[in-house]
Amino acid sequence: MTTGTYNTVAEARAARPPRRHSDFAWTLENANEAARLIALYPKGREASAVMPLLWLAQEQMAAQHGSAWLPVPVIEYVAAQIGMPYMRAYEVATFYTMYNLKPVGRYLVQVCGTTPCQLRGSDDIMRACTDKGLVKGGNTADGLFTLAEVECLGACANAPMVQINADNYEDLTYDSMTAILDALAKGETPLPGSQIGRQASCPEGGPTTLKEMVGA
Amino acid sequence: MLDDKDRIFTNLYGFQPWNLEHARKRGDWVDTRALLDLGPDEIVNIMKASGLRGRGGAGFPTGMKWSFMPKVSNPARPSTLVINADESEPGSCKDREIIRHDPHKLIEGALVAGFAMHATAAYIYIRGEYVREAEVLFAAVREAYAAGLIGRNACGSGYDFDVIVHRGAGAYICGEETAMLESLEGKKGQPRLKPPFPAGAGLYGNPTTVNNVESIAVAPTILRRGGAWFAAIGRPKNEGTKLFQISGHVNTPCVVEEAMSVPFRELIETHCGGIRGGWDNLLAVIPGGSSVPLVPADQIIDCPMDFDALKDLKSGLGTAAIIVMDRSTDIVRAIARLSYFYKHESCGQCTPCREGTGWMWRVMERLVEGNAEPHEIDLLLEVTTEVEGHTICALGDAAAWPIQGLIRHFRPELEARIARRKGFVQVPGMLEAAE
Repeated sequence: MTTGTYNTVAEARAARPPRRHSDFAWTLENANEAARLIALYPKGREASAVMPLLWLAQEQMAAQHGSAWLPVPVIEYVAAQIGMPYMRAYEVATFYTMYNLKPVGRYLVQVCGTTPCQLRGSDDIMRACTDKGLVKGGNTADGLFTLAEVECLGACANAPMVQINADNYEDLTYDSMTAILDALAKGETPLPGSQIGRQASCPEGGPTTLKEMVGA
Repeated sequence: MLDDKDRIFTNLYGFQPWNLEHARKRGDWVDTRALLDLGPDEIVNIMKASGLRGRGGAGFPTGMKWSFMPKVSNPARPSTLVINADESEPGSCKDREIIRHDPHKLIEGALVAGFAMHATAAYIYIRGEYVREAEVLFAAVREAYAAGLIGRNACGSGYDFDVIVHRGAGAYICGEETAMLESLEGKKGQPRLKPPFPAGAGLYGNPTTVNNVESIAVAPTILRRGGAWFAAIGRPKNEGTKLFQISGHVNTPCVVEEAMSVPFRELIETHCGGIRGGWDNLLAVIPGGSSVPLVPADQIIDCPMDFDALKDLKSGLGTAAIIVMDRSTDIVRAIARLSYFYKHESCGQCTPCREGTGWMWRVMERLVEGNAEPHEIDLLLEVTTEVEGHTICALGDAAAWPIQGLIRHFRPELEARIARRKGFVQVPGMLEAAE
């Protein structure tokens, strides 16, 4: 960290810490994937690929550095590839909440707190997380967990629920949430989906319709 | 109760695999060529005859919407279908089930709908949080291309049609159709002023129609079974089957396909195991997703669940996302949480919404504790009307309506909390709807 005042902009720039990840480049596999994504959109509309490319970059960051986020040089890299001014790409990266502009833990625990989950006990789920030492809006010291309260994740018939990285954990209780966090901390992968054994959003106890589809 | 033989989404819960082989066994992609051979005009006519109203919330007749598109394709301005899979309205979780368990219904629907409007491509915009669902959709689209069902000479019809899946990244506002177009163009998702409407100038300035996932996914079945079959289900002007999503205080929350206009009580008794604690324990219901006003128990119990009946109750069917609240609910907190949602999701473009959603949320938070003056209830109501109707898109309205519903039906509860906090009077724990 630098403190103090500078006489010129050049001085201030010189005092900046070195930029991390300025050597970012696609892996060979992702370079092909990026080309495929850009080609999905009409010629001259390469800007449409900015969102898929930011996704791809964030996934590559997770694979390479264990944290799914977008440092500035990565956004610059994506913008340059599709001939978009950096600021336009930055505007996109900041507008959408799922692009992480700060490093996140290995597991991003997103607790849905919107009314349908609140009615089914999302307060307990959040408490299970904080009781395990997770901090809302922050990362744990071991870099394992980031906790966030998020808006409706669209699994309301299976409330309360959380999303951890790409997977949903649904029909949760304080105890089942605690068990999931314990398992992740031990390096295990708990089974996603309903934690009370429901099939998707089928009523608990079995379907009330189309019963012949079960095991057909 | 809807007969099983009339259900469209036969794999709603994923008891069977989603893939093409099994989708064909369920009747998808069976002689799709014959549907295309009907011709665009006949397809639109059948859709009109079916009475299908858009399943994304607004309830605009789908066939009529398709008919607004240019009747001849102009290679310089290719028509485009955009499918709204940005399912983010709190309470809504139906498109997710279609995408992960019946994706071929959606893709086949995209082809016939796109063909009917002379479009060259469909863009399916799926919300970023649906990661696993998007994986299924990507795979299903690959299957459909590989089988020659879409792409060059789709289904052997001589018609070329592409399907592109585009993932969002966590912005509720992109469910608004013009914000979705902005997002698809690689910009931040802020709604456009209308006119021009998308049918005139939409994606990349070309004629565009935006439809909800469910509206598109039911189209092939309607074309196969006929408009009259679909129109025979439900009340007039509210025809067809519908995916209902019931969350909150019922014994068995679920997503289920039922006939439109099914009475609330029947829906809950048949599929949801009744209200938690019995019918006397029901307090209120948000019948169409978070943006529609709540309806008190006594008004909803025998109400047909459709567009017009719920409109008569000053609420709406919306996406048929039914949020049930029993008497244990802190009703003020439940609505305050929705106010927080809209504050969080306001895109910031229009001042009444950007400033108003935050202001309304802060007042709502104080009302939860009763930390307010009695006159602030009316002030809040007035501010909701200043936001409503004064913004480019309907997010401002959506933020206003839940609060208006709360004040309309639960003003005594708000007043009681204020009085309790002030300690003027001892009000017994009252949680009664007004009227």
